[in-house]
Amino acid sequence: MKRRDTLKSLLVGGVAGATLGTSGCKVDEDKVEIELPKGLGYGRTPTEEEHDKSINSEQFYNEHELTTIATLCDIILPPTPTAGSATDAEVPAFIEFISKDLPSHQIPIRGGLMWIDGESNKRFNKRFISCSDTEQTAIVDDIAYPDPDGKKPEMGPGIEFFKRMRNLTLTGYYTTKIGIDDLGYVGNRPNAWDGVPQDVLDKHGMSYPEEWMAKFVDQSKRDVQAEWDELGNLLT
Amino acid sequence: MQIIEAAKQYDAIIVGSGAGGGMSAFTLANAGMKIAVVEAGPYFDPKDPTTMTQMKWPWESPRRGASTNRAFGDFDMSWGDWEVDGEPYTKEEGTDFLWWRARMLGGRTNHWGRISLRFGPKDFKHKDVDGLGENWPISYDEVKPFYDRLDKLVGVFGTNEGLSNDPDGFFLPPPKPRLHELYYMKGAKKSGIPVIPGRLSMLTKRINKERGVCFYCGQCNRSCNAYADFSAGSVFIFPAQKNGQVDLYTNCMVKSVTTDSEGLATGVSYINKEDNREYEMKSKIVVLGASACSSARILLNSKSSQHPNGLGNSSDHVGRYLHDSTGAGLGAFVPALMDRKIYNEDGTGGMHVYSPWWGDNSKLDFPRGYHIEVWGGMGMPSYGFGFNVDAMNKYIGGDVGGYGTKLRDDVKRFFGAYVGMAGRGESIARYENRCSIDPNVVDKYGIPVLKFDYKWSDYERFQAKHMTETFAEVIDNMGGIMMGDLPGKDKDYGLLAPGQIIHEVGTTRMGDDPNTSVTNKWQQLHDAKNVYVVDAGPFTSQADKNCTWTIMALSMRASEHIVEEFKKKNI
Repeated sequence: MKRRDTLKSLLVGGVAGATLGTSGCKVDEDKVEIELPKGLGYGRTPTEEEHDKSINSEQFYNEHELTTIATLCDIILPPTPTAGSATDAEVPAFIEFISKDLPSHQIPIRGGLMWIDGESNKRFNKRFISCSDTEQTAIVDDIAYPDPDGKKPEMGPGIEFFKRMRNLTLTGYYTTKIGIDDLGYVGNRPNAWDGVPQDVLDKHGMSYPEEWMAKFVDQSKRDVQAEWDELGNLLT
Repeated sequence: MQIIEAAKQYDAIIVGSGAGGGMSAFTLANAGMKIAVVEAGPYFDPKDPTTMTQMKWPWESPRRGASTNRAFGDFDMSWGDWEVDGEPYTKEEGTDFLWWRARMLGGRTNHWGRISLRFGPKDFKHKDVDGLGENWPISYDEVKPFYDRLDKLVGVFGTNEGLSNDPDGFFLPPPKPRLHELYYMKGAKKSGIPVIPGRLSMLTKRINKERGVCFYCGQCNRSCNAYADFSAGSVFIFPAQKNGQVDLYTNCMVKSVTTDSEGLATGVSYINKEDNREYEMKSKIVVLGASACSSARILLNSKSSQHPNGLGNSSDHVGRYLHDSTGAGLGAFVPALMDRKIYNEDGTGGMHVYSPWWGDNSKLDFPRGYHIEVWGGMGMPSYGFGFNVDAMNKYIGGDVGGYGTKLRDDVKRFFGAYVGMAGRGESIARYENRCSIDPNVVDKYGIPVLKFDYKWSDYERFQAKHMTETFAEVIDNMGGIMMGDLPGKDKDYGLLAPGQIIHEVGTTRMGDDPNTSVTNKWQQLHDAKNVYVVDAGPFTSQADKNCTWTIMALSMRASEHIVEEFKKKNI
């Protein structure tokens, strides 16, 4: 599949909810029954809600810019057999939002997009998104790595721009369900923590101090009301 | 503008609903007193689904939790931070102070780290040890019974270690350390630094029927909807309301304490933020728990012919001796923590282990000490996750930069491979460090604002130097690589700005001498016996501990004194 074919519904904002990938690692959770109230939104105050509304009522990047952003995002994080791409995770919509929310991103990204089109015009006489995958890769390979010895001084702005795009793509991606499943993070759910798994302890040559073991919480008694003797020794 | 007087007269008005005010409300209401709690922010209940952030995923925030609107990020449960809209403060030129205010029921207790450390015997009498600062007029033994009851009432996990200045208590069992904490333990041991289980006010075990038990989401800063962490609303205010003894006034900002011809308090004057009008409310007793600096501000703004310099300020000590904890930190990359097996290690919010102060100041170039807090682990991603992850390759001889599959691998390989340490220490309270009223500036409610005048001394700078040098050694011991350089003299050795640790205390310090202190040892104003201060203002000195547990123990003690004096009709 050509990179460009994956660019769709870029201008649609909202929550990246679809799961493409599956987590490579499942762990057994101790069953902890917790009734959580169903939250509304993400708990904004009226002022914060206004702030979001005002941000969402404006559009910062134009269609060409967003398409270029999407192209770069998917070069940075293309799909894998188990996980969706950056655009699957709606990273361009995140970059649109965050550029308005944190305006210090605006000039570097807008300018960077102009720079990459300028570079592309110079090399191939067309804008970046109109280039073939091979041509795009040729430019990206010149800016995706640092140049500590200054061998490519004219690539400086591109290198800085790509660094920012890489950072925002990674953050935008790994904070979605698609990204978190790809990463394998398995927290943010009720459980009863009972220490590092034994095989992990063994692998790292670690163990819990013997004299501490009796002091740690016994999760089978978590619901038993605490009582102490007069010296502060826990009895239950 | 006409001031509207409330018809009701209370036994006591409590200003502020955080750790100090909450505890006072709980104590007074349970003793049968009729009270008003006046809170400058809106109502807040951790259980309310419209405001809760606990268990939210990063993608539920369009900015993925970035700190645009809240200094500690979108999901942090503090309404208000170092800046509050329409409520400025000023600074003396060439000085720095950052003032955190949480405008909400429960105040800062809704988001704090819940690190709950008793002060030790030395902390109350430290002048006897090194000649600096001032001794408290009370001793550890006088406060111990209140700490003991507080432990059982509120709940705190930890262990009895028999340490001389980090006293034992009535602890719930602590959770086991996480992997990065085991690495820290190993590194600290090599340097002879003690490590003990953390002491935090989260319920690892049931203490009553009203509150739930910790389910290890690691998000105490979001305020627990199961009430399994300590927040003043869920633990003090709501139970206090049950018998109908408490009238709660939210969004009401107290401007001043009103006094009579004898100079005694008659109530408070406040601005109702809903209609922007000024009201007066009457009571026999006024209890200030607005936070160290807010209470000082109210007192300084309470001028009358009997108190021309502000209420309680005949000694010119209100606002003085303001001091925050010192703070410095370092982060490390630990190659042995790369390529981790992934499991849920969210644990409790904050550290499962810590290091209480171990040093011998006679061999050091600074007074007092600090404790070490540890962070790290495979936490939930939020804004900033993955930034410059490729650059980590420089530490392991890999390629910096890149994209695609290689980049995905980087993200996974370095996930959970970072450990950090933060020192929180004791500064010396100084007469010159203060907040006072800025004569030219008011907030949007027309109330004169605070001006801060605060400078660190070499005591604090050298302490910070010791912190970061110690952390560097521990990092080396655990096979880690320090991120960045050791901060030098030009950066105050990494010492954070005053106010940044959010442990400000001392503005209405207690003492036996009315010429050098604002309150007596019962936290009662020398100048007006029916006014008490129950926040951190009366602290004569900070310790190498966080202040909240002591605020609450002392508020319980002061509040029981109020009840006794009230029953005896002395106030």
